[in-house]
Amino acid sequence: MTHKPGHSSTDIELRMLVEAIYLKYSYDFREYTAASQKRRVLHAMREMGCETISQLQSRVLHEPAAFAELLQFMTIPVTEMFRDPSYYAALREHVMPVLSTYPSLKIWVAGCSTGEEVYSLAILLKEEGLLERSIIYATDINPQSLEKAKKGVFPLENMRGYTENYQASGGRRAFSEYYTAAYNAARFDRSLCENVTFADHSLATDAVFAETQFISCRNVMIYFKKQLQERALGLFHDSLCHRGFLGLGSKESIDFSVYGPRFEPVVKRERLFRKL
Amino acid sequence: MDAPLETALQGRHIEAVVIGASAGGVHALLDLLPALSASFPCPLVCVLHVMKGRQNQLAEVFQQRMEMTVREAGDKDALLPGNLYFAPPGYHLLVEEDFSFSLSCDPPLHFARPAIDVTMESMADAYGDALLGILLTGANMDGAEGMAAIGSAGGLTVVQDPAEAQVAVMPKEAIRARQPGLVLPLAQIRALLLMLEKRR
Repeated sequence: MTHKPGHSSTDIELRMLVEAIYLKYSYDFREYTAASQKRRVLHAMREMGCETISQLQSRVLHEPAAFAELLQFMTIPVTEMFRDPSYYAALREHVMPVLSTYPSLKIWVAGCSTGEEVYSLAILLKEEGLLERSIIYATDINPQSLEKAKKGVFPLENMRGYTENYQASGGRRAFSEYYTAAYNAARFDRSLCENVTFADHSLATDAVFAETQFISCRNVMIYFKKQLQERALGLFHDSLCHRGFLGLGSKESIDFSVYGPRFEPVVKRERLFRKL
Repeated sequence: MDAPLETALQGRHIEAVVIGASAGGVHALLDLLPALSASFPCPLVCVLHVMKGRQNQLAEVFQQRMEMTVREAGDKDALLPGNLYFAPPGYHLLVEEDFSFSLSCDPPLHFARPAIDVTMESMADAYGDALLGILLTGANMDGAEGMAAIGSAGGLTVVQDPAEAQVAVMPKEAIRARQPGLVLPLAQIRALLLMLEKRR
């Protein structure tokens, strides 16, 4: 395929921006998939009033506030509560009964974004009588997302969809029991996150920090190139205890990976695996 | 026969085809695609807006009617000739410089995820002038910018004749955004695809 000689200026600028961010701020986006990263950065460039990515790079290098702003575009938080209800139904049926045999539990929600999945999981654990003996580590690279996650306040307009998801996942109560509504916002019960530790952690640069029984990392690795996917899976493998569980997004696979054979599918369709 | 089609393809090496469709799209694709054989020389990528919850059988429905291998595009899969790929429901579908797919959960564009623009723009980047972009019937603006990007990269753009499209909005928007290489009825678009098949 010889129709595309060299790299476009935009591609060169993009690579340099990512390198500059790494050198200056230690955020490592070098192994993120290029196509969606390009979309996000071009969007940021326009929103931040820059003509070129080079101009954006210059601002990011000289104004930390501009980097903080760009980071919000580069790590767009997109998530919902009980996303893919069948995943949560499978957790209820196949994972929770096994987790209930442990005297204490450590659970890692990697790339937790603004926390919707953390609260979903906490609700699930509560209904299974496991929340009080669980510690949940909710990690992300975006400090603003983590702040939102800590607050546990989500737009009220989303609750209708979330309620449908919750019910479809096999929820046992009225979803509204878990939050109080005020000023177009739903504030989730503080007791849900009493045992949640929100922390900054990068799958690209940081190490394993705890032994866990269950890791949920959904729709995070789709933004990684294979090498970084491999690194993340390595972290998960090393963190999980023997026979620990790993849950991924509905289109994510471990077949390609050297870690593939070190897991067995629990519910293949839901991307639920168990460490061998 | 089909002199304008011959002219449009003259001197071109098409390495991939992307088709976008929305309202009325399944019908149009069923008219367009089953004629293609298993030896179709390029990967063919389809982005179709379908109501949430109803999309999962697309690959099956088309596989039953086609010789080409039909599948839902998977994250990091390589694009292979003779394969028809559908964008998975709930995800944007992008193509990387190394001609592999990547998925994204970024917010919907034009209320759509998958969005046609996202796939087309990334494929225009990856394939440059070796891309054929086709936009069919639909009721919104998705695809117009994507087709413009393919045109800017030197690729060949074909829009379904709005007079024939079940819903003309999407073809019209694309024609307004940037005059496509060809505006054709489905039968002619099918002839064009078959011509690609015969050239190899």
